[in-house]
Amino acid sequence: MGTLVDARNIRGVYYTGGKDVVAVDDVSVKIEEGEVLGLAGESGSGKTTLGSIISLIARPPLHVEQGSLEIDGKVQELGGDAKVPRTWRGAVVSMLPQGAMNSISPTKRIRHLVYDVMRSHDRKVSKDEALDRARERITTLGLPARVLDAYPHQLSGGMKQRTVTIISTLLNPRLLVADEPTSALDVSSQKILIEMLLEMLEKKIMSGVIFITHDLPVLRTVATNIAVMYEGRVVERGPTERMVDDPQHPYTQALMSSVLAPEPKYRKIRIEGMSSFDRSLFDAPAVIHR
Amino acid sequence: MSAIFAAEHITKTFGRGRSQVQAVKDVSFALAEGQVTTIVGESGSGKSTIARLVLGLMPVTSGKMIFQGKDVTHLKGRARAEYWRDVQAVFQDPFSSFNQFFTVGTLLSRSMRLVGGKVGQQRLAESLGYVGMDLSVLGRYPHQLSGGQRQRVMIARALMMRPKLLIADEATSMLDASLRVNILNVLTDLRDELGMTILFITHDIGQACYLADRVLVMEHGVMVEQGRTDQVIFNPQHEYTKRLLADVPKLHEALELEELHEIVEPS
Amino acid sequence: MSLRGLPPRFWVSAALVGFIVLAAVIGPFIVQTDPNATVGGLYDRPRCCGAMLLGTDNEGQSVLANLVYGTRTSLIVGLLAGAIATVIGLLVGLVGGYRGGWIDDVLTAITNVGLAIPAIVVIILVSVSLPKRNIYTLALVIGLTAWFWVARAVRAQSSSVRTREHIDVARLSGAGFWSILARDVLPYLLSYVVMAFVLQVSGAILFESTLSMLGLGPGNATSLGTMLYWAIAWGSVRTGAWWAFVPPTLMLTLIVFALLLLQSSLNEVFNPRLRRGRAARKKAVTPGAPSEAPLVVGEPEPVGAVGMLETPTSTGREQR
Repeated sequence: MGTLVDARNIRGVYYTGGKDVVAVDDVSVKIEEGEVLGLAGESGSGKTTLGSIISLIARPPLHVEQGSLEIDGKVQELGGDAKVPRTWRGAVVSMLPQGAMNSISPTKRIRHLVYDVMRSHDRKVSKDEALDRARERITTLGLPARVLDAYPHQLSGGMKQRTVTIISTLLNPRLLVADEPTSALDVSSQKILIEMLLEMLEKKIMSGVIFITHDLPVLRTVATNIAVMYEGRVVERGPTERMVDDPQHPYTQALMSSVLAPEPKYRKIRIEGMSSFDRSLFDAPAVIHR
Repeated sequence: MSAIFAAEHITKTFGRGRSQVQAVKDVSFALAEGQVTTIVGESGSGKSTIARLVLGLMPVTSGKMIFQGKDVTHLKGRARAEYWRDVQAVFQDPFSSFNQFFTVGTLLSRSMRLVGGKVGQQRLAESLGYVGMDLSVLGRYPHQLSGGQRQRVMIARALMMRPKLLIADEATSMLDASLRVNILNVLTDLRDELGMTILFITHDIGQACYLADRVLVMEHGVMVEQGRTDQVIFNPQHEYTKRLLADVPKLHEALELEELHEIVEPS
Repeated sequence: MSLRGLPPRFWVSAALVGFIVLAAVIGPFIVQTDPNATVGGLYDRPRCCGAMLLGTDNEGQSVLANLVYGTRTSLIVGLLAGAIATVIGLLVGLVGGYRGGWIDDVLTAITNVGLAIPAIVVIILVSVSLPKRNIYTLALVIGLTAWFWVARAVRAQSSSVRTREHIDVARLSGAGFWSILARDVLPYLLSYVVMAFVLQVSGAILFESTLSMLGLGPGNATSLGTMLYWAIAWGSVRTGAWWAFVPPTLMLTLIVFALLLLQSSLNEVFNPRLRRGRAARKKAVTPGAPSEAPLVVGEPEPVGAVGMLETPTSTGREQR
């Protein structure tokens, strides 16, 4: 399988009044066809910013100073005043923002949302067409068709998140960027959402996923490769198992060791957390596994 | 070990008539002195409601709560202020538990009044010391602190009263994993060095496993299982606990996913 | 916040308000003419300079002198009534919203009844029945009928602040009811209170001039409304004596415009998200849609009061 997405040398800076904050500093990521790339990092690491740049929704005060995005062989400049074709957003790359399930309009039924999304790309699409497509998609992914007629508050958290995920991929984007899609969910709903995402990949609804989260155990389950970000840079990147079981970069090591799981060994040991003053942890050169 | 706090058949009902919701249904438990007890439950399980009931921040609908042999079910006014000297809390959100218009100093001096001026001054430095901070933090506003620092200030605030019982309601769930461990270690130190009783409320079984002496499991307002940590987590009896444990993603083994598909491996 | 960060609209409105206040405070000293003194004939045309700059009214009094004294009256009534309404509304809203329970039910019921009664009718009835009408009784009557909106906006805000964890922290720290209200709740809605006050002032000024135009104005003072009342009664519109009715009309318009502009620019100052333009308004997010706005949403919008305090001018601009 070939390369799906090749994002190169992305630099994203927030222009905030006085000083500029470099949120993403010369980051390149590649995603293969059928891959889930897990983007891990703690708050402020730049993972969400990178996700929004790749999904082409960077807005002031965030400015993309340089970088390019290649999808299916087509190259799109991102830096400066480069114009992104309208058709790319949503149809080629789609973003599922953090907390999306709680920001859908509470006064409208889900089917309105479906129609809005479809119509924003195709002015001529009829209501019936849009709904048929959504109904088919929803039922093949194991949700009851009645969610279309429900109001958001009538759905459970897990159900809502699955629904917005399906809606955000109605246009069959090549790449889905999902920002913390599981963070607000209970473990059981997390699992179902992950199962659904993988099924969607298998059904080629989309061909690749960037899964942004701080939750490493979730990435262990869903990701093909993991990239760990810190202070706007990718400090280590590689196949999931390698990253989890044998991390090389000291920051990744510290991150992995601070994960607590319900396993007997955690009953006996005392784990020391990270000290943000220990620069050696962060300044080590980046490690990229092949 | 004796119980410092006991809840007997407590129930909490919200709303009236048709829209009535029972958040906590006939729950009984005891907190052993000098131990960390953890309530584990998913959102909507009623675990945070229990925290607020134990704290006396909202009245129970029925049932009885006993602290150090005294009935504390319906405290009011001065008696409740007395109770809060012994029972303190740290909450979930390190942003919203701060009054953003207060410096750390203002926040702490407020609690100081509950224990009296002179004693308070002494305890101020002492409490900050326990959480690895010093007096230089007093002039800071919350937005000048990181999430972890804010949460440590909140623990220091609670410690100023030298509480016998500390309730931590999801106190670590909004922190990054690396900071989370630090806070959990502060809590275990408080138990080991001061003999403090801690009620730790979380949705994360991993944290419960790391920290707790005893675990209580809640589902939809009902306490479905309770016992020693090793028993509950490594030999769960109730269906719900078993499912919860099965669904927790683990770092070193892939979660077993259902249906036909498997994790797509890199090609 | 730094002064440089303030939006230009704020400076424009501040300059306008400053000009009006100067006209009301210093104006009388510059014009140096008794507004009740006869300085000319019936509707003398404006001529240069001094007291006759805007001609004379039906009684041969200087329109300019009446204008500056009238502005002063309007501002006094507006500020007093605005302060009364804001203080009562603030207290009722704070206590109801924070306390909840039956006290809230009662206060909300009173507020809703108050909102349902057309204030202007009450004011007219009360004004007619008052034995003596001066600017202070007028301000009191207007203030007492105008606090309901403030109460409702403040209640919505304070009941949402109540759910913040810092309130629990304050209670656990032993803080009392009033201490929590003043130190933990009030600061969070101060910006709304300031905006509500500005709106109340402009509303009260309009009420006062309406009453005065109907002949129910203060007996002892000139106001912009009474100027209009006499101008209409003495046929200035018919005879083309525009200087009798245009200046007070313009001044009223200017005052209300300046205050509404001030309010909407304050809204921008207090909610910097509005300044970031259209992005902030996109509340209902459509995932995956090629929206102009970023799909990343910030903290949830505060409930109620923002919308309630927004004037037509501000919404008009924001929705452009």
